[in-house]
Parts: sequence; structure tokens; C-alpha cells
Amino acid sequence: MRYIGRRLLHGLLLLVAVSLLSFVFADLAPGDYFSQFLTDPTVSPETVAALRAHSGLDRPFPVRYAAWVASVLRGDFGYSLAFNSPVGPLLWTRVRATLLLTGTATLLAWLIALPLGIWNATVRGTWCDSLSQLLLSFLLSIPDLLLAIVFLMLAVETGYFPAGGMVSPGWSSLSAPRRVCDVAWHLALPVAVLVLGMLPILVRHVRASMAEAIDSPFALSARAQGIPRRRLLFRHLLPAAANPLVSLAGVSLGTLLSASLLIEVVMGWPGLGPLFLEAIMARDFALVLAVVMLSASFLVIGNLLADILLYRLDPRIRIK
Amino acid sequence: MTRRTKLAAALVFLGILHALAIFAGFLAPYPYAEQHREFPYSPPTPIHSSRLQFFVHGRLFGVPEPGVVFLLGSDAYGRDVFSRLLYGGRVSLFTGLLAALLSLGLGLALGTLAGFYGGWLDRLLMRGGELVMALPWLYLLLAVRAFLPLHITTVAAFFLLVVVIGSVGWVRPARLIRGVVLSARERGFVLAARGFGASDAYLIRRHILPLTLGVVLTQATVLIPQYILAEVALSFLGLGVSEPVPSWGNMLAEAQQYHALVAHGWMLAPGLAMIPVLLGYLLLADTLIAPARRAR
Repeated sequence: MRYIGRRLLHGLLLLVAVSLLSFVFADLAPGDYFSQFLTDPTVSPETVAALRAHSGLDRPFPVRYAAWVASVLRGDFGYSLAFNSPVGPLLWTRVRATLLLTGTATLLAWLIALPLGIWNATVRGTWCDSLSQLLLSFLLSIPDLLLAIVFLMLAVETGYFPAGGMVSPGWSSLSAPRRVCDVAWHLALPVAVLVLGMLPILVRHVRASMAEAIDSPFALSARAQGIPRRRLLFRHLLPAAANPLVSLAGVSLGTLLSASLLIEVVMGWPGLGPLFLEAIMARDFALVLAVVMLSASFLVIGNLLADILLYRLDPRIRIK
Repeated sequence: MTRRTKLAAALVFLGILHALAIFAGFLAPYPYAEQHREFPYSPPTPIHSSRLQFFVHGRLFGVPEPGVVFLLGSDAYGRDVFSRLLYGGRVSLFTGLLAALLSLGLGLALGTLAGFYGGWLDRLLMRGGELVMALPWLYLLLAVRAFLPLHITTVAAFFLLVVVIGSVGWVRPARLIRGVVLSARERGFVLAARGFGASDAYLIRRHILPLTLGVVLTQATVLIPQYILAEVALSFLGLGVSEPVPSWGNMLAEAQQYHALVAHGWMLAPGLAMIPVLLGYLLLADTLIAPARRAR
């Protein structure tokens, strides 16, 4: 319990540090949301100064930071100047879309990677293994960006899949099951790109840690005792090989919010990535900060969950 | 194949790819910004039907004046995609190389200091590193880039990209190098040298740094392709090198447009060109890492 408490405290401190660092960065950055009005000759510098004062951007650094922390503790992430709306609801719909996309993709990728990696580890040294290693290396060398554009091209050319977006026009008038189908239909291509991008790395890790378990002396002795192959693989070897995989899963949980930025932009998925890009271009600081904090907390939570899970699973860590 | 031949093959392959980019001025039939407005989106020129001439105007090949040769087609302004691909490779490949050099330099300096001296310096650097690692790297990259002016000259943009990408990525190499230095510090011959009165600087230079070579090399082969992709992503999003100077990223941004997707497949060339480059680095990394794993 003390171990978990310490990890939790550590994560919280990290988040505070991230927010402080982002604030310092934004303070050093040239210009803010209102700078763009200065280039307009019909807007006087006094007006811009008044606007700044109105949104509190003219206050000194510690005051702004304190005000931000106070409002975050109340659950309020501030007001987006560029979108002219509170940040909270703006983020919520985007976060849902991104989580739907990356969550599905991550789950699917692990479901494929685990059996594939285990199988790869058992057939090491045969031509089957060499072939699949070669294919996976090739897949690893295809940039996600290219994959996304090619898939989009196929969608446009064949018409089997929608060319971007998350729902068809007139989606809200459909019946509930049709709505789900429509979203799933739009989900197919971006998920495929993400899965193909993640798969080679996951399979490599599964294969490597399973191979290590298979080569260990206890596996040999278990086999000599006549434990059936399937039981040996899934009951004895997989738990022994799980440690690095659990950590990896924690990391991939943490990157759920950010793994798909480029793919969202290319495929027109209305997720967090495009919003973040727009916020950066408009220098909308409240929004940028909220997205950064959100993705940082996801990483912290992902790592924390992995730590807790490892602690439960592996007695070796508990002794330390 | 033995490890040596694999290593040599990967190095030669990557060397050829980089040479193609370096000698773009000779190999490309046209300068990167030369426009042939009368041939927008012209498909790849078939070799047999064009009257190719070699070694003309100080370039490897070309065709007599009214004719044009577009090995990979042309873009919206009638610029030769093949030429732009070669020139774009300069930007993309060398951003990766230089940024990795910067990252490794930073990582080596900070990792060695942290590992060798320990104490508050070690704690400060490692906690700072965790801070950087707590942010998704593409978001961090975009955020850092966002806090810098958006419109700058091409040369400035190139070096800005190198600095931004390189300085965001120092954490992982620094942590790995710190680990090596920590164990090296307690090795017998290092303690012996210290006992003979060797200075810290001598110890680090003579005994510690050579031990980090393996980690540095493998990290380089992992980081360079990652940074090439980072440059491509940033330029693709319009935050990197901008027109008319080509980079594989801003060339792909054009290919993403609807009409290019439907009818001008050759615009994808820069994306395809990345595959052999990444494959080469992957092969190099695998060959370097494999024996280390077996020895364990």
C-alpha cells in the first residue's frame, strides 16, 4: 500500500511540475491570442490592451498561475478565446472521439499481437518465423502518415469506406442501431491504420519476452514433467513473460490520447489532435494547457495502473 | 548471413540513400523550384519515349529544351517530383541525422554527469527527464514549436527543427547512458585508476566514455528514423520547412488533397521513399542490438 501511495504522490507532483513548466513556456512565448489583432490597422493597441486586461492576461505570472490552479481544483479548465466557449465541454466531445478511436485500435492490436507473438516465439528459427519477422519489419518501416493517406485514397477510389469524418451527414436522424453501425463504418479505416502501426512493435515485444521464458530452465523442467503444451504456454510461460508486457500496456494506455494525432488530422477524425493543432495555431493558451494536462495525466495514470498491476502480479517486486 | 555482412549491407544501403540526397544537385534533372506551368500534374514520363541525354548542363541527365522529363510526374506547378524528392531528402534525412546528433550529445553529457557525480545533480536531471517523458512527444514537439515564431526563413526553420526535435528527445539516451556510467564507475579498473590519482576528467574521457559507445550507437540507429518521421510530421502539419523548399513532409501535405488522392498517385512518392530509409535503419538497429541480447 505504501508503494502505491508513493507512486500516486509522485504522479501528482509530476503533474504540478508539468503545469508549472507549461506556464513558464507560455510566458516566454512571443505573442498571445490577441497579438493577431495588432496586425489589423483598424484595431488600436489600446483596444487590444483592454481586451487583454478583460481576460486577465495582463496580470503577473504568479497571480495567473494561482487563478488557474484554483479553477482547475473546482473542475473548471478555463475559457477558450479562439472557440469562444468554456474549455470543458469543448474537450469532452473531442476526448470521447479520440478515446473511441485509440481504445478500439489498442484493444484490437493487443488481441492480434498476443497470439501472434506467442506463436512466433514457439516457431523460432523456422522459415515461418523468418517470413513473419520480415513482414513485420517491412510493416514497421511504413510510416503511419503514408498508410493513412493510402487508405484514404483507397476509400475515395472504391467508395466502400467513407473518406474521413466520424459520422455521415444526417446522422442524428438515424435510429440507434444504425447510428452505431455508421460510426463503426467510419471507424474502420483509422483503426486499421493505427493497428497496423502498433502491431509490429507489440509483436516484437511479446515475441522477445516469450522467447526468454521458453528458454528458461523452469520451462524445460515443466516440459519434462509432461505438462501439456497449451497449458505450459498460457499458464506457466505467459505469466512469467508478462512483466515487460504489462509495463508496455501501461504506456500504451497512457498514449491513448495522443497516439493518433497525425491520423486524426489526415482522416478528418474530430478528435483531440486537430483541436490541439488549431489551439496552437490560434495561440489559445487555456485550451493548449488543458490538452497538455489531460494527456500528461493519462500517461501518469497509465503508468500508475501498470505499476499497481505489476505489484499484484509479480511477487518479486513486493519483496523489494 | 553473418553479422558483419548484415552490418555492411545496411551501412552501404543507407550510404547510397544518403548519397542520393547529398548529390541531388547533380542527379536531379531540374532545380527544386523550377516550374513548368504548362505541365501541371503530368504523369510520369515513360523513359523509352523521351530522348534522354546524359551529362547535360552539369546534371546527370535531361532532355532537349522544349521537352520535359518527369520520372515521377509533376506537381500542381509543373515542378518535377523526382527532383523535389531528392532535394527534399536533404532536408528530411539531415534533420534526422543532426537532431539525433544533438540528442545524443545532450544525452551523453547529461547522462554522464548524472551517473558519474550522482547526488542532487543526478536527482535533478532524472526528475527533469521524467517531466519531459510525462508528455506525449508529438504534443511536446508541437507545443515547443508553437511557442516559437511561425513564419521564419527556410534556413532558420531547418535549424529550428533540428534544435526542437533534438532537444525534446535527450531523455531516453541520457537515462540509458546514466545506467552504463553508474555501473562503469564501480568497475575494478576505474577504481584502480582513481586509486592512482586519476582526475575525474581523465576517468570520464579514458575509461567511462568508451564503455558508452554501444548504447550510443544503438540509440543513434533508433533515434534517427524516429526524428526523420518527426520532421516529416511537423512539415506535413505546416510547422516545419515551408514552400518552395521541398521536404518529404510538405510534399506529402500536397498529396493529401482530394484531387491528388483520386488522380495523381505519383504524389505519394515521398511517402514511399521513406520506406527504404526506415527499413535500412531498422536492419542496422536489429543487427547492432541482436548480439547484445544473446550475450545476456
